[in-house]
Amino acid sequence: MIQLNVNGKTHQVDVEPDTPLLWALRDTLLLTGTKYGCGQALCGACTVHVDGSPLRSCTTPVSAVIGRKITTIEAIDANRVGKAVQEAWRKLDVVQCGYCQSGQIMSAVALLTKNRKPSDADIDNAMSGNLCRCATYVRIRAAIHEAAKALG
Amino acid sequence: MSEFAIENLSRRNFLQGSAGLTLGFCLPALATAAGGPGKAADGIVGASNFEPNAFLRIGADNTVTVFSKHLEMGQGTYTGLATIVADELDADWKTVRVEAAAADAKRYNNLLWGPAQGTGGSTAMANSWEQMRKAGAAGRAMLVSAAALKWNVQASEISVRDGVVRHAATKRSATFGQLAALAAAQAVPGEVTLKDPKDFRLIGKQANRKDSVDKTNGKAQFTQDVHLPGMLVALVAHPPRFGATVKSFDAGRAKAVRGVVDVVQIPQGVAVLAKDTWSAKKGRDALGVSWDESAAFKLGSDDILAQYKELAKTPGLVAKQIGDSTAAFTKAAKVVRASFDFPYLAHAAMEPMNCVIRLTADGCEVWNGEQMHTGDQYALAALFGLKVEQVKINTLYAGGSFGRRASKDSDYVLEAAQIVKAIAGKAPVKLVWLREDDMRAGYFRPLFHHAMEAALDGSGNITAWRHRLVGQSIVAGSPFEKMLVKDGVDAVSVEGAANLPYAIPNLTVELHTPTNIMVPVLWWRSVGSSHTAYSTETFFDELAAAAGKDPVALRLELLAEHPRHAGVLKLAAEKAGWGTTLKSGKAGERRGRGIAVHESFNSYVAQVAEVTVKADGTIKVDRVVCAVDCGVAINPDNIRAQVEGSVGFALSAALHGEITLREGRVEQGNFDSYPSLHIGEMPAVEVHIVASTKAPTGIGEPGVPSVAPAVANAIAAATGKRCYRLPFRPADLLA
Ligand code: FES
Ligand code: FES
Repeated sequence: MIQLNVNGKTHQVDVEPDTPLLWALRDTLLLTGTKYGCGQALCGACTVHVDGSPLRSCTTPVSAVIGRKITTIEAIDANRVGKAVQEAWRKLDVVQCGYCQSGQIMSAVALLTKNRKPSDADIDNAMSGNLCRCATYVRIRAAIHEAAKALG
Repeated sequence: MSEFAIENLSRRNFLQGSAGLTLGFCLPALATAAGGPGKAADGIVGASNFEPNAFLRIGADNTVTVFSKHLEMGQGTYTGLATIVADELDADWKTVRVEAAAADAKRYNNLLWGPAQGTGGSTAMANSWEQMRKAGAAGRAMLVSAAALKWNVQASEISVRDGVVRHAATKRSATFGQLAALAAAQAVPGEVTLKDPKDFRLIGKQANRKDSVDKTNGKAQFTQDVHLPGMLVALVAHPPRFGATVKSFDAGRAKAVRGVVDVVQIPQGVAVLAKDTWSAKKGRDALGVSWDESAAFKLGSDDILAQYKELAKTPGLVAKQIGDSTAAFTKAAKVVRASFDFPYLAHAAMEPMNCVIRLTADGCEVWNGEQMHTGDQYALAALFGLKVEQVKINTLYAGGSFGRRASKDSDYVLEAAQIVKAIAGKAPVKLVWLREDDMRAGYFRPLFHHAMEAALDGSGNITAWRHRLVGQSIVAGSPFEKMLVKDGVDAVSVEGAANLPYAIPNLTVELHTPTNIMVPVLWWRSVGSSHTAYSTETFFDELAAAAGKDPVALRLELLAEHPRHAGVLKLAAEKAGWGTTLKSGKAGERRGRGIAVHESFNSYVAQVAEVTVKADGTIKVDRVVCAVDCGVAINPDNIRAQVEGSVGFALSAALHGEITLREGRVEQGNFDSYPSLHIGEMPAVEVHIVASTKAPTGIGEPGVPSVAPAVANAIAAATGKRCYRLPFRPADLLA
């Protein structure tokens, strides 16, 4: 049994220690908002926050996050930045297929938490590891600026 | 368009305990044929009637549910269909929701495809426009009848707006929900009056996406997210080469992995079933399969291309012939020749392929981002020995598709089914493809080689055009072959080439379709146009240069018969400032502007690209100005979104996309070796929509074809170098 703190709750998960956090979240805790896209830290679809920093859960074994605070898309609206980002995403209708968007939002929230007025270059830097095959990038950029504005 | 009739399904739904108005359609001819006499008349069609087989339901709680017969894979179909219904119904947009319709070709067929349900070819809006308008209008008329009856007033004095029915003179009003039960008892109007377009309140306006909320909070359900009690996750070891078969494997080692429950051999390879994905992966890693590759396909991309180039030296089957090209070439003042190479491309939808299937007491049930409902129903029915209507499909959101989920032969769905069959249905199975499985499984956009030549006369007029294409047929051997192959020519291979819009007096388009290549190929967003737009529009540009003419002026000169092409071309040129000087780049940077225009799926798109090419040959696309004519713009913001996305998707392929085979093995496996466009590479995109009253056509794909040629023409303007192969190679563009 491995003890994980996810979205403010403690869970016991019965998985091998080398199991990537992604699969423990999805298959064991049924928190399916965090997505599998590549399994190799190449696409960002699986991005979660660990102690507030963005992390690719597909290459992070559960053994590495014991005792740390894990936040997933399901609970991102509990924080002010998270809410602002979600709202900007909805206002601008960023999503298309939506499959990458949990990861996009988690990365955007992490960016805006550290940097309230990101420039285009800051956005490119922070978001370049989050691929979107639907190429919703024009709106992702606009929505990050929009959320920054809303956060004041 | 096929005939359809509206039917009232409310009573059936009432019997199932949901009061309210439910409207569906049936196709009289089909329904009678399939359901037997008498069944169509009362609207009880087919056997799978526990589904809410309808297009529209109004609940007592005011909720308006629109049932989408089409897959939502990002293209905005749910929102588009709901917009049409809600406008004619005069519903309150906030109370409108969308649900996937059941798989039922009798009721939910694609009207442009005949008797099959499915989504593709950018047909969702085109085939649903009239049908959805009528659904909304019929619903509105029945609500009005109900109100007239209830208030004892004339129906003609009643107005409807934003989900509320009103009689002004007596100051009475009621919500849709309050009238739903009574409305359900009204006769379906035989004829409905559709709105005058000037009265549209949602169509052509901004209506927010219906899936935005659930796709931003983790709630949206994709196939990957399905969990059923007792479900096992299956990973399959696939052959390393197309056509290889299993020789031996070590089931014991796989089963020794914690969580692994079973190992079964299926025609597609060896499946490892486990309680969760990670255990299945570890089990598969332990399998140690050895393969019999004696009959496998062992050519590499280079071998294939070499073969195609040889073929291109010989005449192919004629796909289009106008005038006498041979004679024109002998008289030419100048002949321009070029040839083009296009690689295999993977769809690489963000959600790799997957499918959940379980056997039930009365059939089988499927969870899938379902794009080919009818084809998959037939394939599964055949495999399991069921009747088609015993195959129940739950259509979930698809995490992209770009054509991949529209499998022509139900490939991955059947793979899941084979596993279920091999374990005799003892557990529901979720087949999961990891990214590498998805990328190596084939079903690529086919590799193509084009050879082109054109004749110019002394004044620079194009007098002849010869276009020879070589590439595998997508539809050969599939149920689509009968429809799409005529006299050996696959229409899909030459679309965009055989219908070249330019008025050139002598035109020959020929096709070679090699049949010795065992690489599975499939439609990839914009299909044939994904290569034909490139060769035709870059070659045209080269001819304009050879004739010393402006590329826009020459195009317009030869598009007199094609006003919609000309319309978008002019609009894009104007908005992009065609003819003005482009701001120069930094030292060592070369900048250029290029244009292309192309029609696909009856939508017209022109794009102007502005690029910067660095000294080392790397390309930055700075801006793409797009002009679009897709008839009535049902949801302009979604049109903009689709075109923005198409620009990025097409650019991803043009800059990076290439699947290569080495001795038959696919060399790429993940996004490191098959890179996808990232945010820093995304250009600024402007989308201008031509105002139109023509029937709406699609926009999921038509934004793709002209991107790469516009960029290539811009590169040529910047560097003087023409790109004859995709993806672009910086090494070809050194300063
Ligand atoms: S799934 Fe983790 S980065 Fe792609
Ligand atoms: S919205 Fe489809 S991959 Fe990003």
